[in-house]
Formats: sequence, C-alpha cells, structure tokens
Amino acid sequence: MDVTAAKYIGAGLAMTGLIGAGAGLGILFGNYLQAAIRNPSAAAGERVWLFLGMALAESMGIFGLVMGFVILFVKV
Amino acid sequence: MAAIEPMEQFLVHKVVPITPLHVPGLGLLDLSITNSVLFMIISASVISIFFLMAAKREIVPGRMQAAAEMLYGMVDGTLTGGIIGDRGRPFLPFVFTLFLLIAMLNLIGLAPGGFTVTAQLAVTAALAIMTFTTVLVVGFVRNGLGFFKLFLPAGMPLGVAIPMMFIEFISFAVRPLTLAMRLFGNMLGGHVVTYMFASFVVGLGLFGLQGAGLAKLGLVGSLVSFLVIIALLALEFVVAFLQAFVFAALTCVYLNEVVNLDHGH
Repeated sequence: MDVTAAKYIGAGLAMTGLIGAGAGLGILFGNYLQAAIRNPSAAAGERVWLFLGMALAESMGIFGLVMGFVILFVKV
Repeated sequence: MAAIEPMEQFLVHKVVPITPLHVPGLGLLDLSITNSVLFMIISASVISIFFLMAAKREIVPGRMQAAAEMLYGMVDGTLTGGIIGDRGRPFLPFVFTLFLLIAMLNLIGLAPGGFTVTAQLAVTAALAIMTFTTVLVVGFVRNGLGFFKLFLPAGMPLGVAIPMMFIEFISFAVRPLTLAMRLFGNMLGGHVVTYMFASFVVGLGLFGLQGAGLAKLGLVGSLVSFLVIIALLALEFVVAFLQAFVFAALTCVYLNEVVNLDHGH
C-alpha cells in the first residue's frame, strides 16, 4: 500500500477514539441534567465535578485526535 | 490558491534573535525572543496591568475591581475552597496564577494574528510538570513516607490491594502526561478545525465563482462554512476558559489528595 494512503487511513482510524468520548460526554451531561432536574438546589454545587468529568472524558478523545495529528503531520 | 497548511500557524520563529550564549554546564543556550515568548510576555503583562489597575481596595468596587474580585472569588470559592477546603488557602496564589495565565494564553491565541502558546506541547508539559512536582513536594513534606498511602485505598483485602497499588501508581504517574496533552490537544484541535473551515470558505467560494451551473452550489457551501466558523469561534472562547478552569481544578484535585491524605475530605 502507498505510505500516504496508509497514513490517511491510520489518521481516520485514530478518530474512532472519539466514539468513546462522545458516548462518555452524552452519559455525563445526560445524568447531570437528570440529577439537576430532580434536585435543582444541589445542581450548582456539583458543577465543578461536571466540568472535571467532562475534561476527563474528553481527554480520551483528545488523545485520539492528537494521535491523528501526529500520524498526519509529524515528519519522520 | 495557496496550499492548505493547518500546522503552519503553530510554527515558532524568532522575532528578536539573540546570539546563543555559552553557559558552562549547559552548553549553548538560545535565548532569542520567539513569537511564543512574545505572546507569553504580552499575556503576562495584560494580567499584571489589569490587576494593578483593578486593585484599588475601594469599599464599593468599580467595574474592574468587581471583575477581578469575581475571578478571585470563583477560584477561591469553587476551586481551592470547594475542592481542597480550608487547607487549600496556601495554594490559592499558585492555582489562581495557573488559571489566569492559561486562560489569557488561550484567549490571546484566538485574537486575529495571535499565536497560541498553549498549543505548544513544550509549554503545557512545563506547566504540567510544575503542578506534578508541587503535588509530590507537598505530599512528601506534609505526610512524609505516609505519602505512599495514596496508592493503597483503605479497607481493601490483600488479594485486591496489590494489583490495585500498581493501577493506582500508574494512574498517578501518567497525570502530568494527561494534564499536558489535554490542554495541548484541545487548543491544537480547535485551531486546526477552525483553519480547515476557513479554507473551505475560500476554496468553495472560488469554486462557486469560477464554475457554472451546479458548481454555483459552492457559494452556499462557502456561506455555511463561514457560519460554522462563527459558531466554532464562540465554542473556542468557551473552551479557552474551560480548559484553564479544568487545569486549575485538576491541580486542586491532585493537591487535595495529598493535603487531606490523613483524613478524608
């Protein structure tokens, strides 16, 4: 296979890591919203943990994204 | 049409070249002012000037003082106070500085012609290693060898404890890596995506202008891409602020583990 073609395919495959990040963010915000609607008075205090969880879930996707960039743009 | 080079905006180049100094023990040191250094200086000056002007100590705060107090109160209340508790007060200057610097670097990178310093892995890695070292030093100073209790959750049967120790240790050891990569990846990714849509605006626009018939649809695509850029930039402003917040919050979480090690908080 051509190296350039393999590079693009690899970068595309690296993006599959974003599936998990998307699912994680959906679960996170969905559950936060559900909890916040059930008990609105407690919602504000948990917002820090919401954003922390968001960062942790998102970072997994970001790692995939960085791998994609490394595959595409880093010249070996 | 110019080539599409999404990574070209992250290139570091010298603005004020300084001839490399020979430092004994370290070898040649190139201390030239690069665009990265320049934007760090700019953002540090903006923060300093803002706080010098805002800190008037009036009883009824003006606009600037109110803004500064709001930022300070947010970090004090939700980050050091909310996550670490009363023992977090000594770390407030560190966390507040980290938060302000990262937020300012992210925001200044969004300005037209701005250079995103936080999209350099070297910069984010330096910040992450600084945080990690602080956590290690504080952990050992406060707890001595009791620091290693961090890797052994209390009340765990021995069979589970040993594999857990390894897992806890690895998750502790990769923290600087994840901290650095998160900020770096977010800023890099955001800017590259914005660049790609900007190239769609020009590319599809030219295609629509030059072609006839169905090719005119390129103009619609160009307009849509332009609207997407506006939305993306709004999102990027949120992300710029949020990533600074997250970096500061994770610093607090890591500090909390070592500061309140002996009694759960």
